[in-house]
Amino acid sequence: MSEIMRADNVSMIFGGLTAVDNISLTMEDNEILSLIGPNGAGKTTFFNMLTGVYQPTFGTITFYGENITKLKPYERVAKGISRTFQNIRLFSSMTTLENLLVAHPKCNSENIGRVLLGGKKLKKARQEIVEECEEILEIVGLKDKEDELATNLSYGKQRLLEIGRALATNPKLVLLDEPGAGMNSMEKEELSTLIRYITQKMDKKVLLIEHDMRFVMGISDRILVLDHGELIANGKPEEIQQNQMVIEAYLGKGMTDEE
Amino acid sequence: MFVQQLINGITVGGIYALIALGYTMVYGILKIVNFAHGDVFMIGGFMGLILAQTTNLPIWIAYPLAMLITALIGVLIERICYRPIRLHGADALAILISALGVSIFLENFAQLVWGTETHAYVQKIQRTAYNIAGITLSNIQIGVIVLCIILMIVLYLVVNKTKMGMAMRATSQSITSAQLMGINTEKVIALTFGVGSALACVAGILVGTYYDAVYPLIGYSYGLKAFAAAILGGIGSVPGAMLGGFLLGIVETLGAGYISTGYRDAFAFGILILVLLFRPSGLLGKKHVDKV
Amino acid sequence: MMQKIKKIKKPLAVIGILFLLLFPVIITSSYYLHVMILAGIYVVLSLSLNLITGYTGQLCLGHAAFFGIGAYAGALLMVNVHMNFFFALICSFIISGIFGLLLGIPALRLRGDYLAIVTLGFGEIVHLVFVNWTELTNGPMGIRSIPGPSLFGIELDGNQEFYYLILIITALVLFLLNRLVNSGFGMAMQTIKADEIAAESIGIYPVKYKLIAFILSSGLAGLAGCFYASYISYISPTTFVYNTSVTILAMVVLGGLGSLTGSVIGGVVLTLLPEVLRSISDYRMIFFGALMIIMMIFKPEGFWGVSKRVKNIYKIKAGGAQNERDYESR
Repeated sequence: MSEIMRADNVSMIFGGLTAVDNISLTMEDNEILSLIGPNGAGKTTFFNMLTGVYQPTFGTITFYGENITKLKPYERVAKGISRTFQNIRLFSSMTTLENLLVAHPKCNSENIGRVLLGGKKLKKARQEIVEECEEILEIVGLKDKEDELATNLSYGKQRLLEIGRALATNPKLVLLDEPGAGMNSMEKEELSTLIRYITQKMDKKVLLIEHDMRFVMGISDRILVLDHGELIANGKPEEIQQNQMVIEAYLGKGMTDEE
Repeated sequence: MFVQQLINGITVGGIYALIALGYTMVYGILKIVNFAHGDVFMIGGFMGLILAQTTNLPIWIAYPLAMLITALIGVLIERICYRPIRLHGADALAILISALGVSIFLENFAQLVWGTETHAYVQKIQRTAYNIAGITLSNIQIGVIVLCIILMIVLYLVVNKTKMGMAMRATSQSITSAQLMGINTEKVIALTFGVGSALACVAGILVGTYYDAVYPLIGYSYGLKAFAAAILGGIGSVPGAMLGGFLLGIVETLGAGYISTGYRDAFAFGILILVLLFRPSGLLGKKHVDKV
Repeated sequence: MMQKIKKIKKPLAVIGILFLLLFPVIITSSYYLHVMILAGIYVVLSLSLNLITGYTGQLCLGHAAFFGIGAYAGALLMVNVHMNFFFALICSFIISGIFGLLLGIPALRLRGDYLAIVTLGFGEIVHLVFVNWTELTNGPMGIRSIPGPSLFGIELDGNQEFYYLILIITALVLFLLNRLVNSGFGMAMQTIKADEIAAESIGIYPVKYKLIAFILSSGLAGLAGCFYASYISYISPTTFVYNTSVTILAMVVLGGLGSLTGSVIGGVVLTLLPEVLRSISDYRMIFFGALMIIMMIFKPEGFWGVSKRVKNIYKIKAGGAQNERDYESR
């Protein structure tokens, strides 16, 4: 198995608070990797370091063998990392399809000169972009809503649209920040199918943060558990379920230890 | 010479600081630049002048009354022109444009009512100058410095030691969380505008008394300089606004005295640009981290 | 309702264009022709400001400075070097654009509200330079006898010629900007206005788009300035002040942030109104201030803002035909 991404001794310190403390991990090919942990465990902070929103205080991040620690988010997108947000950040005044179009690398890098001159070639190039984006809409199940304004979609559909937008950047790795939050159980079922489709049929790697244990256990090949900024467990779902430290982190220590 | 310039700088710096406090407090809570604040300062100056001149009230009644009226105007501006936009959940651009609209409205309204000319200010206090070791110091100058310092100490205590101050600080951290904690954030916001406007009114009266002049466009240059002071100190930080005000006043006066009078206004603006380019968080401000 | 508007939209547009083309023939009053030429200049100014403020979301309060830089550049080139008007037009576009670039590189990295202050200060500085650099600008006296345009030896400095010239310029600017905003580039600009962090997350580098929009915007303002200088044949620093920047912004706000049609209508209406209603002329700035507040409270998208959209910006549909829907903004 080859290595996709690796973090070496990554720490993030805000003022005096250590949000992420010396985490090292490797993401291998062909696995859906999940990051879990109680609220405030540092999951999203860690995520933001992978996507470039924060620069780690210490440590390095490597993607396909290349050191990307200092790269900005938009530069990492060009390298093949895209993401969704915990609190949805769609372009609400754009339509569903436009949200994907603008994420398409060939669309947002359109040459101004060509745009101003117009012409058949430009139109043909755009036709291709639209077709590719509509394909993605088909995959996330929003084809019939392509002309709807993003803000008018239901909450669950907005989450799917964000995944679609992330896919439109043509990434190698997709980072999903609580993709199932606010979804009902049926929508979560569909989400699982979608994530499997993305990894198996589209050959993209997926790393996700999730709260819903059942969902995580069902979909992940490997799970990492964060607590108080530290990595406390790393293993297959079955192993994590049995792990004493994880149980304590989630449920608190036994009654006897409580003051 | 140097000490003389320094004292003059501290005097005008104190006034900048009083105006800067209004910018910084509003920014701390709402994260918007209240473009209209400089003009509220101008209105405050005129209110003091009108009340003292036309009503024959003693200034210890007339001036606090002017403060009260200016505070009310400040609260009304927020109420009418910012709150509806804020509650719509519109972007910062819309509030910014509305604030700009208020500023333009006030400036031109004032020109319509009071004319474009400079008005002499009421001088109810006999001006006396003291000469101490070659340094000239007027009683008004001493009054300005002492009053500015007292007001800043009071404000500092209110923000840091009272319950209302705690509510203010909580609201500036996060409006939503503050609401969840049972704080009436709309009241806090109104209060912030009220206090900021009252301080601006004091600054207006002080400028009027010290320079014996007030005019409708006075808010434009003072507003810009006070904003520069707020940025210099670190916008959002109350001690920062005080420090920034004094520093700016001193630099400006020394610069005008030793380098060139013609470029007096350029110093403030130069500082503003330099700070924005090299240390946008200012001297005492916290580095801004976007939450994702 | 929407259907009705759509049906009458085309004939209305044809009538409008015919009216504009025949305006100098129908209305012979040279005063109204003058007002219409001014309106054309302001339309170009508000279109250009809309690009950076309306579409990219960056509040610029120094637009009059770029207008002025173009006017002075054009005037000096035409008066001192006897450059042809049309070359001067291009040169003032480039010179203003370069100033936009120089200001934009440091300023566009700042948060939006700081940019407003920096551009405001830039406007003040430029105005001070116009007043004080007397060797170049002739100070408060301004520059006189700026020549009109000529093409192959034919003088084109009558009011009718100026009218048709500004009509062509406006139409061309509108046509090109329409292509620009309805492109991938235009969409990227709008994501920056909506949410910079989300824009970065899909690979868009905000500073790049802001900078290009700012350069185009300041360049077009400069072009309008050169035309203005040639048309009025006299310029002085008093034209290029804060109030002019505010006026242009009011036009953009009235028509709609992020609407080209809106800018055209805003520019025309706010130029004509104070001229037609002489009585409100004194209260013009008060009115503009109040207008900004009222628009932001009740109609932040402006009167011609994105209220209805049928398809995506590309106006392309790949798959099966779908019924077109209209969306009304709330």
